[in-house]
Amino acid sequence: MTVSETGSSRVKRGLAEMLKGGVIMDVVTTEQARIAEDAGAVAVMALERVPADIRSQGGVARMSDPDLIDAIIAEVSIPVMAKARIGHFVEAQVLQALDVDYIDESEVLSPADYVNHIDKWSFNTPFVCGATNLGEALRRINEGAAMIRSKGEAGTGDVSEATKHIRKINSEINVLRSMTKDELYVAAKELQAPYELVLEVAETGKLPVVLFVAGGVATPADAAMMMQLGADGVFVGSGIFKSGNPEARAAAVVKATTFHDDPAVIAEVSRGLGEAMVGINVADLAAPHRLAERGW
Amino acid sequence: MTAALPNGSSDAGDRNASGPRVGVLALQGDVREHAQVLTALGARVDLVRRPEELDLVEGLVIPGGESSVMDKLARMFGLAEPLKAAIAGGLPVYGTCAGLIMLADTVLDAIAGQQSLGGIDVAVRRNAFGSQNQSFETDLVIPVLGEAPMHAAFIRGPVVESVGPAATALAGLDDGRVVAVEQGNLLGTSFHPEITGDHRFHEYFLEKVRARAAR
Repeated sequence: MTVSETGSSRVKRGLAEMLKGGVIMDVVTTEQARIAEDAGAVAVMALERVPADIRSQGGVARMSDPDLIDAIIAEVSIPVMAKARIGHFVEAQVLQALDVDYIDESEVLSPADYVNHIDKWSFNTPFVCGATNLGEALRRINEGAAMIRSKGEAGTGDVSEATKHIRKINSEINVLRSMTKDELYVAAKELQAPYELVLEVAETGKLPVVLFVAGGVATPADAAMMMQLGADGVFVGSGIFKSGNPEARAAAVVKATTFHDDPAVIAEVSRGLGEAMVGINVADLAAPHRLAERGW
Repeated sequence: MTAALPNGSSDAGDRNASGPRVGVLALQGDVREHAQVLTALGARVDLVRRPEELDLVEGLVIPGGESSVMDKLARMFGLAEPLKAAIAGGLPVYGTCAGLIMLADTVLDAIAGQQSLGGIDVAVRRNAFGSQNQSFETDLVIPVLGEAPMHAAFIRGPVVESVGPAATALAGLDDGRVVAVEQGNLLGTSFHPEITGDHRFHEYFLEKVRARAAR
């Protein structure tokens, strides 16, 4: 009998690699999950509330009801992701037991531990984690994250933070590439990241896992801009189901992500989508309400 | 910003100038990994998203990814019919995972309205192993590639449930389920040689590309 192995880094990172060039959509009902799959989402994120509602309703945001997650898994054949609170390893254990395809240890929910993130190596199910800069991304990878998404500012419809984070991560990678080997020791210290991972990034010029962008993507042009900035794919949260015509907008974002370098396609798919989500300017948010600052 | 394009061709352009011209269907999926392997094997790699790009290539890889998304985009952007015509015309095509689903004549557990390009006389079941928790790595014996087993990664992969008379099974799991098939110039695998470092399947495919180009 040949030995088979589940839960290896290769298969965990591999699923994220297969999602590249695609759009992962937040959904809160089975109807939305159906719309997302029909529109060409590569995966869905099963949630009780989209970030825009978490933001407006306040209170502690937690893992979703298992019934909701089960129902969404039953509804679609594409991968289903679900969120656990930062550091809440029992929520993550529950999500693994529910057989979700990816666990998002997410700053969109209220953190459960202000010191430690989840030890993601101890799970069979892969994790995606948010990051605002390279050091944060490498710390999450060191803890076992198999996919990184830049954080942006979820639930705003304002793409400026997403832009800032992907640019920051890429520029920090470029700095590493230009360094000599002896400089990388200090770089690792300054990034607060393991030397081995810093060396790997310096040599390959990219993260060792897939990098998606999230947080504030609301239009086809937003998604295409993130792709042109070097994202491997995009998460769209509130941007689709808080808009006037979710079906059309979801399909348009999918097309714009694939043809992100073709302005004629982006123009065509941007027509007649109805109202985009109203949105909040990140600059108007008081610092304690900025989700991207959760996690470290 | 060309850095965003997962194209392996620019770096190795000169070195591979006489190599076969191979496309990677770049609608969605692990395009970059295939492009890197093909480039390392001496091919000139083109990303294919439009019919006119398909016209230029001597072989095509359909990568891993989400088959329902590739199907939708291929039909929406007018690529599905040219792809079917190219397959019927003998273009060598290699599909991994979602790519195998695209090449199967019959797809089981498809989403409503999902179509495949077809070409290989098999019925393939999507997500045959279950969720990501059941994704796995194992060693496979693939006689056409020689004695040494190939390390293979199955990621929410499909399985070939039935092989019709026109197709040939190339490899199976210990339980007999078929995970690699061939029919003429078409090849399909449930697993992803593009991410495990063993290039023999891609070499096998490139032999078909070179043989056809030499005619």
